[in-house]
Amino acid sequence: MRLMLEKRLEPSRVMLVATPILSVVAIMMIGIVIFDLLGYDGFDAVWQLFVTPVIDLYKWRDVADKAAPLILIALGLSIGNRAKIWNIGAEGQYIVGAVAAAGIAFMTQSFTGNWIIPLMLAAGMVGGGAYAAVPAGLRIRYGVSEVLSSLMLVYVSLQLLSYLITGPWKDPHGMNFPQTAQLTDAQTLPHELGSTGLPPGLLIALFATIIFTIIVDKTVFGFSIRAIGEAPHAARYGGFHADGIVWLALIISGAMAGLAGTLELMQLTRLNLGFPSGYGFTAIIVSLLGRSHPLGVFIAGIVLAITYVGGQVAQTVVHVPNATAGLFQALILFAILASDILVRYRIRLKSSAVSEVRS
Amino acid sequence: MTLSFIIDALITVIGITTPILLAASGELVVEKSGVINLGVEGMMLVGAITGFAVSFETGNPWIGIAAAAVAGAATSMIFGILVLSLGTNQVATGLALTIFGIGLSSLIGSNYTGFAAMPFDPPFPDEWAQDAILRVFFGHSFFVYFAIIVIFTIGWFLSHTRAGLVLRAVGENDFSAHSIGYSVIGIRYCAIAFGGAVAGIAGADFSMVITPLWAEQMTAGRGWIALALVVFSGWRAGRLLAGAYFFGILMTLELYAKASGYAILPSQFWAAMPYLIAVAVLALISSRDGRSGKEPACLGKPFMPNG
Amino acid sequence: MGNFTRRDFVKAAAAASTLPLLGARANAAEPLKVGFIFLGPIGDYGWTWAHNRGRLELEKELGSQIKTTYVENVKEDASAVPILRDLARQGNKIIFATSFGYMDQVLEVAKEFPDVKFEHCTGFKRAPNVSTYNSRFHEGRAVTGTIAGHVSKSGVIGYLGSFKIPEVVMGVNAFTLAAQAVNPKIQTKLVMIDSWFDPAKETAATQTLANLGCDVIATHTDSPAPLQFCQQKGIFGFGQGADMSKFAPKAHLTAIEDIWGPHYIKRVKDVLAGSWKSDDFWDGIKEGNVKVSPYNASLPKDVQDAANKIIDGYKAGSYDVFTGPIFDQGGTLKVKDGEKMGLGDLATIDWYVKGIQSA
Repeated sequence: MRLMLEKRLEPSRVMLVATPILSVVAIMMIGIVIFDLLGYDGFDAVWQLFVTPVIDLYKWRDVADKAAPLILIALGLSIGNRAKIWNIGAEGQYIVGAVAAAGIAFMTQSFTGNWIIPLMLAAGMVGGGAYAAVPAGLRIRYGVSEVLSSLMLVYVSLQLLSYLITGPWKDPHGMNFPQTAQLTDAQTLPHELGSTGLPPGLLIALFATIIFTIIVDKTVFGFSIRAIGEAPHAARYGGFHADGIVWLALIISGAMAGLAGTLELMQLTRLNLGFPSGYGFTAIIVSLLGRSHPLGVFIAGIVLAITYVGGQVAQTVVHVPNATAGLFQALILFAILASDILVRYRIRLKSSAVSEVRS
Repeated sequence: MTLSFIIDALITVIGITTPILLAASGELVVEKSGVINLGVEGMMLVGAITGFAVSFETGNPWIGIAAAAVAGAATSMIFGILVLSLGTNQVATGLALTIFGIGLSSLIGSNYTGFAAMPFDPPFPDEWAQDAILRVFFGHSFFVYFAIIVIFTIGWFLSHTRAGLVLRAVGENDFSAHSIGYSVIGIRYCAIAFGGAVAGIAGADFSMVITPLWAEQMTAGRGWIALALVVFSGWRAGRLLAGAYFFGILMTLELYAKASGYAILPSQFWAAMPYLIAVAVLALISSRDGRSGKEPACLGKPFMPNG
Repeated sequence: MGNFTRRDFVKAAAAASTLPLLGARANAAEPLKVGFIFLGPIGDYGWTWAHNRGRLELEKELGSQIKTTYVENVKEDASAVPILRDLARQGNKIIFATSFGYMDQVLEVAKEFPDVKFEHCTGFKRAPNVSTYNSRFHEGRAVTGTIAGHVSKSGVIGYLGSFKIPEVVMGVNAFTLAAQAVNPKIQTKLVMIDSWFDPAKETAATQTLANLGCDVIATHTDSPAPLQFCQQKGIFGFGQGADMSKFAPKAHLTAIEDIWGPHYIKRVKDVLAGSWKSDDFWDGIKEGNVKVSPYNASLPKDVQDAANKIIDGYKAGSYDVFTGPIFDQGGTLKVKDGEKMGLGDLATIDWYVKGIQSA
């Protein structure tokens, strides 16, 4: 008797949904054991890491805050993923978008009015989109891999941020610390939007998810993205312009990243060295976990946010070092990535008698 | 500008460059085989804590270095199994590996903060290692010499041996290599393990020689610089060596400029330079239809012989 | 009343007699919960280690009256907010945030929890329930500067800084002025590495300073790496935040130790007594916040005496390193002869004194 992997005729839809869930459960089980070995109350630790963020209403706010930027960026990335265009530099576009929005903010400090926030959001999207256009242009003109060029540009954006914070944009009332001035009230969004009680970031993410679902499932553009990714030659035959797709995919993901950066800026009310939170990189994982479909991305974003928040809870309640929370995040990711194979392959038990006859 | 001044400056350059050169060399081999492993930073940190902890416990730095190599290779195997045997996305898996390495090393390292590593002398006799002039050749740590040997070996291996040719073939055209009868997956496993081992040793350089102690995330992003360096080098060993020292010289110059009171350009400009140049290099080498100047054609694509 | 037996009566009487005790027990109170958020790991032998030492002193002093909780490795970005909130919700009544980068986060959470007291270390923004506290580290630098002035044979001393913020500028200025009091021709070379923690870069920067002629090097960054190099090279240095002599037995002349215990004890006692008020604390050698660790045995007696004179001067209030005449790098007189620099000017200082070579 042997275990064999047999390719499925069609990716299993059941497994598409089941594998992430199974992975999380599996890691939770393993986690209890690991924590016990390390000397903590294993069950309590895992409970705090995984369950508390879900059942504690107070924590939902934190999960929403963390999930919104991840979902926004990942929505943009998933467009590119389908066309096999990999934007690794979303973190850089996130930063540049926030910088652009901050620039508008500092130019409009003495104004008030409802136009300021939309202008900042637009600036953020333009900034992020423009920064993503660089790898796009490099790919189209020079054939440069966007994976590498966008990654390099992340580091450039970090230096740009550092320069602005310690130089021209340094807060004149900030005791010479590396941070910018604060945004005015007209430039920040409230923590909760009116009577809904939901943070604006999450609402925007929900809205964006709906829009992206429509685009991906219902429009010609959405179809062309998938076509370019899966059968590039046929797609070109059908008249879909590969170059146009490259521009659009990268610029859209850059704009979404810039939007996320701007929203985060409005939450933090200033830029400082701690601003780059790594959302741009985590969003890559979110988009892949969500199988590059907007609805999946939304759920995946929430799941990942839960692991972040869970890690913080475990830190304060169980005193698990935050390194361990990161470790668990990684293990979950490994498990989900690995269990992906069950989507494309099925496990079969074959008796050796049968395989002998066959050979 | 005395000779002694120049020698001391060179020593600083060499010190900064070595771990980046090592880590990049390992990743070069990995990428030449067609795989992109973004988990270098994680593997370096695992190597750093392993090298420190093992040499601390055993009292023998050589065992520590060996352990660091094994730990790096083992960590890379997580990546290898996922990416090669289970066909997962290389970028996502590499990023997850970085998070894993940071977390694992911090966890193990929490028992080792506040201790100094044991002294690890240069592998040459004192008369040479400490001589005012000879020390520029003989006064370096094992890691420096190892890094140079490794990059030259890799360069020779890739261009002058049959095995190297096969490796490159696997990276350029995996189907052809497969149909000739080479085990694409097997070769890539070896490359990944090699990259992991070397990254582990690079990490150990930090915790055993550069600053003989352990501190969380002490590699401070050098793994990412190593990845940039591979790109910067156009995937050629000779250029990798030159590029690494170029980075090291840039970083050292920045320090000297600051200490002497010159700030010609803001320090962030210097820090961004290597990456900007890497992007420019990418544009240059990609537009020319050269043979070995381009990135390996299969870089990042999983190998799926149908069935 | 039929079923009320004698047993019941005894039980009731016993229960009743405990009532006054219950009242007393309520007054004896549950232990006061005290929270700490730390920037790094408590084992870092630097900044966080010193704060934790203060926390341990607090526990020793107040014993069962308090219960402390701490969270390590809290990043100075938005993720500090949920952690602070959790600590507040868990019942901590006074929370110490031990790094500048927590400023906005502390203020935000403080608004949500008006009856929890917050203390922000090295910050400058206050609220009715937010206090700030800091140490006059520069007094310690005056001591190390004096030693450096005596010990340096080359007449060039080095200073490794992190960012050009007032605390660091004060530090290098105090170091230089004190050294100049011993050797008027002494020069300080300064390098800012734009990070609080990067051991490899700290080592490279120390090598650079040494190669440029410095034979005594002080550091403002957190790791013992600079000292390790000094030991190798046969030059001298000072420990930062804690006694680091075990990393460099020959090179370590002394260290500036951060002593936070007295402040923590004082403020927690204030909370227990109900007399806590928002305030700003800036204590130094006199109050015990800054201590100089035991001198290296190889340090000549006359140098030890000179150093002790500075310490005694600060304790008596008769010495202040920032007493004029003080010139800036360009030669302008900034502090007149005999005058002391004002605290306000000191807290926002952004210029270097003459004799410091730096960009």
